Amino acid sequence: MSYIATIIIGILEEGLVYAILALGIYITYKILDFPDLSVDGTFPLGGAVTVVLIIAGINPILTLFISFLAGAVAGILTGIIHVKLKVRDLLSGIIMMTALYSINLRIAGRANVPIFSKETIFENKTLDSLVPESFQPFLVLAILLIIVAFMKLLLDLYLRTKSGYLLRAVGDNDTLVTSLAKDKGTVKIIGLAVANAFVALAGSVYAQKSGFFEISTGTGAMVIGLASVIIGTNLFKKVPYVKATTAVIVGSILYKTCVAAAISLGMETSDMKLVTAVLFLIILIMSGDRKRRVKKSA
Amino acid sequence: MLELQNINKYYNPGTVNEMCLFHNFNLIIQDGEFVSVVGSNGSGKTSMLNIICGSIAIDQGNIKINDLDIANMPEFKRQRRIGRVYQNPAMGTCPTMTILENMSLADNKGKVFNLQIGTDKKKFKFYRENLRTLNLGLEDKLEIPVGSLSGGQRQAMALLMVTMTPIEFLILDEHTAALDPKTAELIMELTDKVVKEKKITTIMVTHNLRYAVEYGNRLIMMHQGEIIIDKSGNSKTDFHIDDILDKFNEISIECGN
Repeated sequence: MSYIATIIIGILEEGLVYAILALGIYITYKILDFPDLSVDGTFPLGGAVTVVLIIAGINPILTLFISFLAGAVAGILTGIIHVKLKVRDLLSGIIMMTALYSINLRIAGRANVPIFSKETIFENKTLDSLVPESFQPFLVLAILLIIVAFMKLLLDLYLRTKSGYLLRAVGDNDTLVTSLAKDKGTVKIIGLAVANAFVALAGSVYAQKSGFFEISTGTGAMVIGLASVIIGTNLFKKVPYVKATTAVIVGSILYKTCVAAAISLGMETSDMKLVTAVLFLIILIMSGDRKRRVKKSA
Repeated sequence: MLELQNINKYYNPGTVNEMCLFHNFNLIIQDGEFVSVVGSNGSGKTSMLNIICGSIAIDQGNIKINDLDIANMPEFKRQRRIGRVYQNPAMGTCPTMTILENMSLADNKGKVFNLQIGTDKKKFKFYRENLRTLNLGLEDKLEIPVGSLSGGQRQAMALLMVTMTPIEFLILDEHTAALDPKTAELIMELTDKVVKEKKITTIMVTHNLRYAVEYGNRLIMMHQGEIIIDKSGNSKTDFHIDDILDKFNEISIECGN
């Protein structure tokens, strides 16, 4: 395969992994209007849970579900801190993120855990026997596409249910949720649970794809996801028939393209977080999303 | 029947700014009454509504609906029996959701919000018919987000949404104040129609004295946390705007304005 094709596949793979994360952040940032920083802890949480389970010999597909649930639990805790203990939204996320750093280290045992020789959703005997040699370079991409498409459709479907309606209402106008005789706090907790479940799933997929758990992957996860959400939703704002969830996925791939471009311009891996931050700033300025969004309803 | 018994409410208790709003405040509203509440700013009208709905807590006293004390019931639970329309038309609807989705939300009040599909296709006709009663042409715009409607249209929808499911009390908090005179008139007529049709016990706070006199079957005027006029039945029919204005003047002179 040509050099350029390898690069493009690499970008698409990265973009799709982070698209799952971006879908989660779309729920908190765009729907709930909640700047949820616990994401920086739940992304590696998914990875930590996954490597431990895989080393213990659990089915890799099952680890996806368990990571999903672990993320949901973390989201519920952030929600309880915010809703029941009445801590400000930003601080609730920071508290959870900080706590999760140690929890993740506890779960994984140390800051870096490799699973190179183990079976993952991308590398296992079943796949080896099913997939022809010529398709091998596209295998990871194909599996990622299936997972991302499944999660996107699942989210689209959820947002069309009664519970999903209530979730959209609470970010839009929480007075209405109270008027409907529903506790808006509970709805927020549900939203945070779903969002962080998505993020932890992304962490699990990331760990299985890269073949290791690394505690530092969490740093800046929120920024990467947020950048994807903002690029996607702004780009497709005026395009009809494109769902916000689709836009977010495209946004994530575009964001990873920008990062790849920055690296090809001579940046080193140690500059990554700086690239992330600067890119995010540029995106914020260009999209006009930097001011606290004044509610259109007011 | 709604009863407020010996309500005490202080703002900023224990500080130099302590202010007593209600001291042994009492009010009984019988089923089927349509009460208009007038009074100057700061007289406690909106605070009274907030106390009934549970948006603000009371320091002492009882709030009873048919002998059930709801003083410690959280706001969202009280809303099962109460529907409230706010002064701000944006408060009663979700701007980014479509008319259809808003109607579906309102229709599901009192039921569980589970993983069933949010909008029931079988109900389209029912929603259209409901919207048609507003005479605003909204029945043909089901897929439009409510945020793109005008204030008057939104307020009409808000009114429709709170009265869609059975409620015992309708609370109207200056719900025509943010609208132009013509739209306000329209909303007021709609309100009167729906209250009469569904026989909902209603409390309406308003600054429009004409509405207060024209609509409803009981009129209350509040001043400094007390009820200073309470007219119902025939005595309300004989009560005119001038009488209210006289009382307003009397109060201003007392206060030294």
